[in-house]
Amino acid sequence: MSALLILVPIIGIIIINLPLGKFLQRLAPYFAATLFILQIGLSLVPSLPFWHTGTNLLEPFFMFSVWVDQLSFVMFLSIGLVELCSLLVGLHFLQDQPRFNFINLLLITFIGMNAMVLSADLFSLYIFLEVVAVASFILIAIKKDVLALEGAFKYFLLSAVASVMLLLSLALILLFAGSTAYPAVASALLGNSGNTLAKFAVGLFICGLLIKSGVVPFHAWVPDAYTAAPSYVSILLAGIITKIAGVYALIRLVISVFGFNPALQNSLMLLGLISIFVGALAAIPQTNFKRMLAYSSISQIGYIILGLGCGSPLAIAGAIFHFFNHATFKALLFTNAAAVEEQTGTSEMENLSGLGAKMPITGTTSVIALLSTAGIPPLSGFWSKFIIIWALWGAQQYFYAAAALLASLLTLAYFLNMQRKLFFGKLQNGLENIKEAKPLISFVAVLLAAIIIAVGLLFPLVLNRYILPANPTVIAVSNLTGISHTGELK
Amino acid sequence: MCPKITIDFILLLATLLVALWSVMTIRLLRGIIGLALTSIMVTIIMFRLNAPLAAVFELSVCAGLISVIFITTVSFTQRVSMERLVERRKERISKFWELPIILILAAIILWQIKWPLNFPLPPLTLNSTGLIPASVQTVLWNVRHLDLLGQIIILLAGAFGVAILFKENKS
Amino acid sequence: MTADLAQTFSCYVSFIALLTIVGIYCILATYNLVRALIGIEILVKAATLFIILAGYLTNNLALAQAIVITLIVIEVVLMVVAGGLILWIFRHNETIDTRKLNNLKG
Repeated sequence: MSALLILVPIIGIIIINLPLGKFLQRLAPYFAATLFILQIGLSLVPSLPFWHTGTNLLEPFFMFSVWVDQLSFVMFLSIGLVELCSLLVGLHFLQDQPRFNFINLLLITFIGMNAMVLSADLFSLYIFLEVVAVASFILIAIKKDVLALEGAFKYFLLSAVASVMLLLSLALILLFAGSTAYPAVASALLGNSGNTLAKFAVGLFICGLLIKSGVVPFHAWVPDAYTAAPSYVSILLAGIITKIAGVYALIRLVISVFGFNPALQNSLMLLGLISIFVGALAAIPQTNFKRMLAYSSISQIGYIILGLGCGSPLAIAGAIFHFFNHATFKALLFTNAAAVEEQTGTSEMENLSGLGAKMPITGTTSVIALLSTAGIPPLSGFWSKFIIIWALWGAQQYFYAAAALLASLLTLAYFLNMQRKLFFGKLQNGLENIKEAKPLISFVAVLLAAIIIAVGLLFPLVLNRYILPANPTVIAVSNLTGISHTGELK
Repeated sequence: MCPKITIDFILLLATLLVALWSVMTIRLLRGIIGLALTSIMVTIIMFRLNAPLAAVFELSVCAGLISVIFITTVSFTQRVSMERLVERRKERISKFWELPIILILAAIILWQIKWPLNFPLPPLTLNSTGLIPASVQTVLWNVRHLDLLGQIIILLAGAFGVAILFKENKS
Repeated sequence: MTADLAQTFSCYVSFIALLTIVGIYCILATYNLVRALIGIEILVKAATLFIILAGYLTNNLALAQAIVITLIVIEVVLMVVAGGLILWIFRHNETIDTRKLNNLKG
C-alpha cells in the first residue's frame, strides 16, 4: 500500500488542475497540507498495516515493486515535515496564480522524492532524481529575477553533468548485471568485485551523486542556488531536496547495492571531512545571511558523509539522525531568514543588528537552531554529532574524530558570535519600525524549534524506537536486507 | 597498431567528426545543425546495433524536436551586429584549437588500453513464459510501470515549467 | 566475453569516451549559454549510445531500448526548461555571454 504515497498525489495533481473553476485552486493548499500531515503521521508508526499489505487492488494497473525498510520511515518523516513547512511559509508570501503554481511544483517534488525513497531499481531512482531536479530548477526561478535565473542555470549545468555521469555508470552496470534492479546489481557487482571496470562504474556513480549532494569539491552550485532562490524555496532545497537527491541515494546504494570496501570508505570520509572544514571556514566571512546558511549546509552534509564513510552501524545511525536534524534546523533557519527578509527587506547582515528586541520569536527560535547546528546539549544536534564522533573514535579513526570535534568547536564559536551580533546587539538605525513575523511564519518557526528541543530532550526514546532500527544491516559484502513490500518483485 | 576498419568504425568516426564540427563552428545555428546531424549518425549506429525503436525515437525527437527548441531559443536571444561577429570569429579560432589535439592524444591512449573484459555476461532475460526474450513493448508497458509514472510526472513538470517560464510578466 | 564481442566493445567505447571529452570540453570552454546546452546534448548522446551498446552485448536490447526511450523524454523536458531559463536571462541582461553575466559573485 505504500505505492499510494505516489499514486494519491498524482491523482490529486491531475484533479486540481482540471479546468473546472476557481474553487479547485482554492482547495489546493488544503489538499497539499493534508497529504503532508498524513505522511508525517503514517511514517511515525511503522507497524501500521498500511506499510505491510500489498497493492492487491491496483494489480492490473500499476504493478511495481517498492522497497520499504526502516531507513525509509525516517526519510518519509523528513520529507513530509519539510514540505509542510515550505508550504506554510510559501502560502504566506504568495497569492492566486503564483501560489497555485508553487503548490503544483511542491506536489511534484513530493511525488519525486517519495518515489525515490520507494524505488527498488537504479533507473527508476535516476528518473525521479531528474523529476525532482526539473521541479527545483523551476522553483528556484519562480520569481524570474536575475539572480535566481542565473543560480538556477548554474545548478542546471552541474546537475546535467552529474546526470550524465550517472547514466554512463548505469550503462556499465547494465553490462555486468543485465538488469537495473537493486538485488541483481548487488549480486553482479559482488561477483565481479575485482574487475577494474566494475570499480570504475561504482566510482563514477558515486561521483555523480556527490555532485548532487553538494559535497566539496563539487559544491560550486550550492551557495548561488540557495541564496538566489526565494526563501520559501530555499527551505525546501536546503532542507530536503539536496539531501534526498544526493545523500539518501548515496546511503541506500552504498549500503544495499555497492557494498563497503576500504577505498570507498576512506574516500568518503576524506571528502566528508574536507566538506566540514571548507563549509565552516567559508561561512565565516560571508555577509549575506542566506549565503552563510548555504555554506553551513555544505558543512553539515559533510558530517553525514563522514558518518556514512565510517561504516560501523553506530556511525550510520548517527548519519541518519543527523540527516533528520539538519532538515529541521536548516528549515527553521531559512524560515527565520524569510521572516527577517520580509520585515527588513534585506539579508545583508551588516545592515541588521539588534533584531532580538523587535522580533522575539524569530530571535529565540533562531538561537535554538544555531545552537543545535553547533552541537550544544541538550538539543538534537548535539546528540547526532556526538554519535558520529563517538562512532569514529570506536572505529579507531582517531584523526577523523578529533578533526570533526575541532570543526564543531569552530562552528560553535562563530555561530555564537554571529548570533550575538545579529539578534542581541544594538538596534540598527532605520529598523525601529519592524514588527514580529506574521503568525503563519511564527507558527512554523515555533513548531520546528519545539521539534528540535523535543528530539533533544527525548533522545533515548528517539534513539531506540527510530534511529537504531533505521540502520539497514551493514555488511562488507553487498547482501540485501530490508523488508520489501511488493506487488511483484520482478 | 591499427584498428580494424569496418563500417561501424567509419560510422563512429563520422559521428565524432560531426560532433567536433558542431562544437568548433563559429555560428551557433551551424552548431545546432551539427547537433541534428550527430543525432542522425547516432540513429544509424543504433539501427546497426539492432535497436530500431530507440533509433526511431532518437531520430524524431532529438534530430527534430530538440533542434526546433534550440533554434527557437537562439532566435529569441541573438542580436549580433557585424563587428561583434568578426571579433568573435577571432577568439573562437584561438579558443577551441586545443580540442582536436586533446582528442588525438586521448584516442592514442584509449587504443592502448586493454579493457578488463574477462567477466561472464549476465544471463538472458526471458519473458514470463520463459521462452523468448521479452520485447521492448512488453518491457516498457508491462514491466516498468514505475518508469511510466515517472515519465508522466516529468512531462507534467515540463508543462508547468513552460507555463511559468514562458509567460510575460504583467508589469 | 568472447573475443569479437570484446573487439566491438573496445572500438565503441573508445569513441564514446572521445564523444564525452568533446562534450565536457564544450561545456567548459564556451562563453555562450546555448553552446553549453549543445555540449550537454552531446554528452547525453554518448550515454545513450553506451546504454544501447551494453544492451547489444548482453542481448538485453528490450530493457536498453526502454531505458533509452525514457531517457529521451527526460532530456527533452530538461532542454525545454533550460531554454526557458536562457530566454529570461536574455530578457534581463540583453546578452547570454557568460563573461558579461557576473551578477552572482563566486
